[in-house]
Amino acid sequence: MVKFDIQNLSIWFKEAQALKDVTMQVEAHEILSVIGPSNSGKTTFLRTLNRLNDLELSLRMQGFVYFEGKDIRTMDVELVRKKMGMVFALPLPLPLSIFDNVAYGVRMHGEHNKKKIIQAVQEALQQAYIWDEVKDRLSESAFKLSGGQQQRLCIARTLAVGPEVILFDEPCSGLDPISTAKVEETMLKLKEQYTIVLVTNNVKQAARVGDRTAFFLMGELIELEKTDKIFTSPAQARTNDYISGKFG
Amino acid sequence: MRKIKEFIFERLILFSGLASVFFVLLIFFFLLKEGLAVFKTVPIGDFLAGKNWYPISDPAQLGILPLILGSLMVTLGATIISVPIGTACAVYIAEVAPEKIKNFLKSGIELLAAIPSVVLGFIGMVTLVPWVKKIFHLPTGLTALSGSIMLAFMAMPTIVSIAEDALYSVPKSYKEGAFALGATHWQTIWRVLLPSASSGILAAVMLGIGRVIGETMAVMMITGNAARIPQSILQPVRTLTATIAAEMGEAVVGSEHYFALFAIGIVLFVFSFAINVTAELFLHKDKR
Repeated sequence: MVKFDIQNLSIWFKEAQALKDVTMQVEAHEILSVIGPSNSGKTTFLRTLNRLNDLELSLRMQGFVYFEGKDIRTMDVELVRKKMGMVFALPLPLPLSIFDNVAYGVRMHGEHNKKKIIQAVQEALQQAYIWDEVKDRLSESAFKLSGGQQQRLCIARTLAVGPEVILFDEPCSGLDPISTAKVEETMLKLKEQYTIVLVTNNVKQAARVGDRTAFFLMGELIELEKTDKIFTSPAQARTNDYISGKFG
Repeated sequence: MRKIKEFIFERLILFSGLASVFFVLLIFFFLLKEGLAVFKTVPIGDFLAGKNWYPISDPAQLGILPLILGSLMVTLGATIISVPIGTACAVYIAEVAPEKIKNFLKSGIELLAAIPSVVLGFIGMVTLVPWVKKIFHLPTGLTALSGSIMLAFMAMPTIVSIAEDALYSVPKSYKEGAFALGATHWQTIWRVLLPSASSGILAAVMLGIGRVIGETMAVMMITGNAARIPQSILQPVRTLTATIAAEMGEAVVGSEHYFALFAIGIVLFVFSFAINVTAELFLHKDKR
């Protein structure tokens, strides 16, 4: 099933074009990795999917993004962002307890029933595979967690709101290899229930977790293929040059 | 030759730097020397808690409690009015307003800060005071309330500009994080921006209060200057500042009255010092 159908998407920041005529689909329950050097438009692409780009006043957009057949620009913006949870490059815990960090979004969306909040928090922490590490210290400050734990806490916070898609924006760029491995493991388990779009600077990460991989360069989608194929026999020479480290 | 020049300039700058500190110390010591003299004849408890301020009766009664209460009441009133409006204004400018309105409002607020307080007092006297009298059916409109409203205007520019800075300095990622969770604009402002900017906003409020408590001219013109313990905000009051300004000219140098006015100066100094230190603490906390 197609989750996102992106048709001829072009984006400009003032005069500079960030995305050039991108057409692609994101399937349900896959991990789609988006790779490319910096300035290739991959983050702009990701932020189009949950309409976070709406915050940029100088931005101009052409083309269409359909989510389950509906143009996202006709949908309620808060609903779009609720359905497409986003995890940022740097873990961004709020200055609250571990529990309240996860409960935050739940409460914000109007849930006041204590039992339901507790349940939602526990489920989200379990799904983010951090429950066992934090279940005895839920009232401690989130800043006491390690970087990798903080990032998984942020994943839990995103999950608690009840998204369908999770957008990862270079989620491991600030993490050490062991924490990265844990976050990747979490992603692989999450794809059973969610659709995942993973923007990453780390080509090897795309190879490890991506079902399919999209290669962006200078705002253009160069190639989108099964991850095995793109890493063994890419159709485009430029793709090969990037993943083999000739530039990037 | 060049070395000598260098030396002279370095010293000049050093002295200029020291001069400002030196003057502050000088003022402080002068204030203490003149002010503390009053406590030779009036016990400090009677001075601070005394209910009557009759400096020229015989024997003089020098209790400044009515003045302290007057100052506090006017300041409190001004704070209650200016803090919500000022903060809301800062939120509007920092978050909601389109570019054009933002610039217009910002220059408007700067202009408000540039109005001399005597002019504000004058405007208050001819417009606000009659209104207060009419609306509340009072014998006089020269009340603590009138003073509070007028002083709220004076505190507003300070509060707005500093609170706005505090809101701007909230990391963009906080805002994006909230939006990405599906928060509405208002939820983001209320639950993320305001709490993260809270120490800066508190500092803004403290500095605004500092401005209000030290203000003299406007309050002297519109609060009625009755040195008695106020029972309600609709009564005339007299503030610490207005007392010094009004009576210093007629106090005999070296008299008990004269020393008492300086002691009031010390009390004011302590108040504004405490407020500034608190504001500084909040600002500092923000930077950490």
